[in-house]
Amino acid sequence: MKATVTVMLKPGVLDPQGKAIGHALHTLGFGNVGEVRAGKVIELELAESDPERAHAVAEEMARKLLANTVIESFRVLVDA
Amino acid sequence: MKAGIVIFPGINRERDMAIALRRSGAEPRMIWHKETDLAGLDLIVIPGGFSHGDYLRCGAMAAHSPVMTAVRRHVARGGYLLGVCNGFQILTEAGLLPGALLRNASLRFLSMDCHLRVERTDTVFTSHYQRRQVFRAVMAHGDGNYFADDATLDRLEGDGLVALRYATPSSEIAPEANRNGSARSIAGILSPNLRVLGLMPHPEDLVDPLMGGTDGKPLFDALAAA
Repeated sequence: MKATVTVMLKPGVLDPQGKAIGHALHTLGFGNVGEVRAGKVIELELAESDPERAHAVAEEMARKLLANTVIESFRVLVDA
Repeated sequence: MKAGIVIFPGINRERDMAIALRRSGAEPRMIWHKETDLAGLDLIVIPGGFSHGDYLRCGAMAAHSPVMTAVRRHVARGGYLLGVCNGFQILTEAGLLPGALLRNASLRFLSMDCHLRVERTDTVFTSHYQRRQVFRAVMAHGDGNYFADDATLDRLEGDGLVALRYATPSSEIAPEANRNGSARSIAGILSPNLRVLGLMPHPEDLVDPLMGGTDGKPLFDALAAA
């Protein structure tokens, strides 16, 4: 079973990478782009068949290691 | 003073740290990150480098290494702990110090001198400096931008746990002296019992005239004398 964990900096935490990407997009002529935030996507192959258990275990992994909850928030998605 | 220096894969500043400790009279032993017995040590140092390749986040993997359980025990029994650069990042990732180190605000890796202002001198790390004294240190990091939420920053300042701030050579706190963009110009913080210090710049880089200065030596002298 595959779980996807998306990790993003929390709102209010400066994201210089997102800013730099935004600047580059403006330079390329994409004037309609506003704020840009950059994050990470982590795909996990889990030896679980129950989506709820897979979700719970991926969430625990995110809290313990994949995200630093001082500065980041995360979202878990499990492929059915 | 019995000192130990913890080495994770990718740490590369352990020998500089050993030189600095030895120069001040402490004889450190090297501790591989799989060791779990740190009994008998007064001071543990986590030096700089790129532990586990800085993968995921700087210090994230090292914070969960076997040795860290022993480091926590050492701190719980009142032992001294110093984390420099990647060592500071590891201490925040392990929750032994609050906050986090973000990518430098400029997005650039900063390899240059900086000046640090000593905010308090009644600690085992800073007792050989004068209050408000400024000393030179070398910074070499891509992720040294100290971040914590406002409540945590207020608490750190209220409890006097900010040990060092980035300052101008004349001791002023100014944006141009705070090259990595750290919150409130914070360069180093202490634990509530004042026995844990984490800082981004490298005091161990200036402990001999041959290195270009001895600005960092008082920190190691004070530690070795403790």
